[in-house]
Amino acid sequence: MAGERPCPLLSVHPSRCLVDEKFEVLCQHLLPALQVTLHALLQTEDGDYWEAFGHYLSDAVGSVRVSEDASLGGSYSGVEPMGLLWSMRPVPGSKTGLRLRKKDVFKPTDVNISLYEGHLNEGFKDKHPLASVVAQRWYTAPEVQRVEVKEKGLKGTLFIPPGPGPFPAVLDLWGGGGGLVEYRSALLASRGYVSLSLQYIGLTGDDGKPCIVGNDYFEAAFSILKQHPQVCPDRVAMMGLSFGVSVTLGMAAYSSVIKPKCVVCVSGSHVMPVNGSLADVFDEIKKNVKNSRFDEEQRVIWRDLLLPIPDDSSKKVEMGRIKCPVLLIVGEDDQNWPTSESAEDMKQMMKQAGNSHLLTVLSYPETGHLIEPPYSPHIKASNFILHETRNKVVVLWGGHTVPHSRAQEDSWHKTLTFLEQHLYSNDRVASRSNL
Amino acid sequence: MVATSRTLSTRVWPLHLVKPTRGLVDEKLKVIVRNLNPRQEVTLRCVHQDVWEGFGHYISDQHGTVTVAKDASMGGTYKGVEAMGLMWSMQPVPGSRKGLRTLSTRVWPLLLVKPTRGLVDEKLKVIVRNLNPRQEVTLRCVHQSEDKDVWEGFGHYISDQHGTVTVAKDASMGGTYKGVEAMGLMWSMQPVPGSRKGLRLRKKHVLSPMVFHISVFDGHITQGFSQLTALATHAVERWYVAPGVQRVYLQEKGVQGTLFIPPGPGPFPGLLDLWGGGGGLVEYRAALLASHGFVSFALEYLSSEEINAPTTDVKYFEAAYQILKSHAMVQKDRLALFGLSFGSTIALSMAAYSKIIKPRCCVCISGSHVNAVQRTLSETFQEIAKNVSKIRVEDGQVIWRDIILPIPADPSMKIDVGQIKCPVLLVNGSDDQNLATVESAEDMERMMEKAGNRHLLQVLTYPGAGHLIEPPYTPHHRTSNFVIGKDKVLMLWGGQAKPHADAQEDSWEKIVAFLQQHLYFTGSQAKL
Repeated sequence: MAGERPCPLLSVHPSRCLVDEKFEVLCQHLLPALQVTLHALLQTEDGDYWEAFGHYLSDAVGSVRVSEDASLGGSYSGVEPMGLLWSMRPVPGSKTGLRLRKKDVFKPTDVNISLYEGHLNEGFKDKHPLASVVAQRWYTAPEVQRVEVKEKGLKGTLFIPPGPGPFPAVLDLWGGGGGLVEYRSALLASRGYVSLSLQYIGLTGDDGKPCIVGNDYFEAAFSILKQHPQVCPDRVAMMGLSFGVSVTLGMAAYSSVIKPKCVVCVSGSHVMPVNGSLADVFDEIKKNVKNSRFDEEQRVIWRDLLLPIPDDSSKKVEMGRIKCPVLLIVGEDDQNWPTSESAEDMKQMMKQAGNSHLLTVLSYPETGHLIEPPYSPHIKASNFILHETRNKVVVLWGGHTVPHSRAQEDSWHKTLTFLEQHLYSNDRVASRSNL
Repeated sequence: MVATSRTLSTRVWPLHLVKPTRGLVDEKLKVIVRNLNPRQEVTLRCVHQDVWEGFGHYISDQHGTVTVAKDASMGGTYKGVEAMGLMWSMQPVPGSRKGLRTLSTRVWPLLLVKPTRGLVDEKLKVIVRNLNPRQEVTLRCVHQSEDKDVWEGFGHYISDQHGTVTVAKDASMGGTYKGVEAMGLMWSMQPVPGSRKGLRLRKKHVLSPMVFHISVFDGHITQGFSQLTALATHAVERWYVAPGVQRVYLQEKGVQGTLFIPPGPGPFPGLLDLWGGGGGLVEYRAALLASHGFVSFALEYLSSEEINAPTTDVKYFEAAYQILKSHAMVQKDRLALFGLSFGSTIALSMAAYSKIIKPRCCVCISGSHVNAVQRTLSETFQEIAKNVSKIRVEDGQVIWRDIILPIPADPSMKIDVGQIKCPVLLVNGSDDQNLATVESAEDMERMMEKAGNRHLLQVLTYPGAGHLIEPPYTPHHRTSNFVIGKDKVLMLWGGQAKPHADAQEDSWEKIVAFLQQHLYFTGSQAKL
């Protein structure tokens, strides 16, 4: 049997899972000490291709196990079980400034994982792989339901877990990019929470002109969620990213209608006029637009627009008024919002007010603004369309790929634990939780 | 609240303070007892409506004070420094009815099932969290088949002190399975009460998943599930195909069947998948094997119309093998034969006699070497029919195992397994009531010992397992309906649920490893 052509076996396990779950990529029956490249490729709904790859050396029995073996180069290096996903970037020749975001959450993403001989860095589509498998990743668990919300002038999408319920719920707010972003809500519903993705930026009024919603918009959304027959009315949380944090903190502090059981604030700030509205935050930012900076690649840095953090307490949400647990998730290299400085100031305010026991801050070094569910690629900068002028800029979000990816994985896991602790557990269990 | 004192010396006048005496249910209580003796053992007890109690054992300090928020309870319904232990540790007093639940301890259980989409041979993790401590619950798995029959499996559990049930670690105390059984919810499934008799759960459309619903119910329930509201439910998909596996129906050179091709450029090792005398085209095992990296050809060699007078002869199988071998996606020198029941007999015959079929290895489940397939199937069946008097019927169940007993000594009545040149894996159940497979295996061993090729044979014999050893986690069928021509009988396959399930799980793992070893190895690792 000597000299026989090897027949490599490539497998990924599990072959189908949710986007926040890990997989194992295993190559077997290679020759020992063989240089190989593992390559991951996906095509987005917009038709763009993203790829990642790692260089490996098979061991003495001809195996490569991604979760245990070190990548010697490629788009990631070292022992990185999920490097084939989070280190993805658009293939050479793609448009610039892309961001990887799922639109149809009921369609899976098929990631093609291929094994090539040798340590390759480019030209994958012209080479013939030794083997190839498909890892299918989903934002929704089976039988998660999607319902469009249009009542009371709201524009949003509700995701409901399978089962009789009732369930705890989350009001899910994205940021200044606007539009209706569903994938995080879909994932939260897959984890047992009724989740309402709310569009609140870039809406047009009845006159067809762009309008900025007031606080009553969010109160209506929270009420709809609370009153839903499959929601436990006293277990509703709010989760916001970027601008969504301004809304979340403002509502938690001042609204007589919105009383969240807990809040999760990702990459945001408390700087906004006391008892103000979204419009007030926009005004504040507009006033300071001259503080925009540009890096060497002409990417705009907006973190200074809210700096310095005002000492004047009328210009910030009174953190002392918040009565529920707060999880702050902060990237220390956030180039878009001054989230580290805000978090520090929020901590001080809560210490002084005596409610700092409610605050948990997760601060991640070298992590940027867009802290998303795990294993999605780190986006350091991307295209952004300004709402009023419709100008296109490239916004610098910040962060470095490896630490940012670790932050996404860690913060998501801690977010789910935090939500479970406050929305699912009976309080006595929460204090001893080993979840 | 009562502090019970017991001293041999000084009478005490304890003062106990409870604050607030009227509070909201989510406010903390302060409980202090003063003016006890120093180092006095006391019990603090909280009672609700004479039905619920919580109590803690304390020792007063040197001043004769017990402060619940600061002192440790040394026993009772809670231990340690627990300001509110008197409340949350409450349980029904001894002698109460079982399974009580007060409104104030409403739970929001979180049911975790992983993976929610998996292959049928992958294990499920099922965990329930945030129940009350020591709560009785029932975990149930339900499936509606393509034929619209409803199947269920359920287990009775008690949560631990944290209110968690972990199916892989905790023991089911009753239901359709008992003990620590990670996959019991699946393999113990049976038709719900009132179902038709003699059912067998088999997937026909293999490109779509089987959908199961896993629920957790309060209490230990054994029936009437559809009238109850579950605490939580998850939907789980179980697939026979991995993403990217292709299905190709073939009708070529008089041969028909379905080819399943793994994703990737190929070429891949291939195998011919042969089912038993039930006939028809059974695809699910081939689909699953393709998901493990083998081009698998599920062969239809016995149509239902032809069962009584099949015209198929050995050339049919050789043609099928040739088609597989010459397929662009198949590595022509890395082929195997895979059989179950009569399919195993065919596989052994081909491996022994065919000049064309030269497999690298064979897997033969629940098969026998008695009655060689030499010419046509029709002739083979006629040989078998000579022994029809040996068929037994007990309690309406048809037992075929005696047909080939005693194993004939005359070599012309058996496949000459001494001529086989490739590794053979035999998988048998000791309680096989359909075919005397264990006896056949023993005889094969003797023949191969004599012929000098015994080293090629590996035999896995599973106590308590029956005839139908299939991919894991599908329910065991001790009997099922079987059509012979115009007659429908209830066939006894044998086996008991738990050992049969263990056999399916263990044998599948070994079968896949055997196929990978012999079809995927590299030169330096060749082991025969």
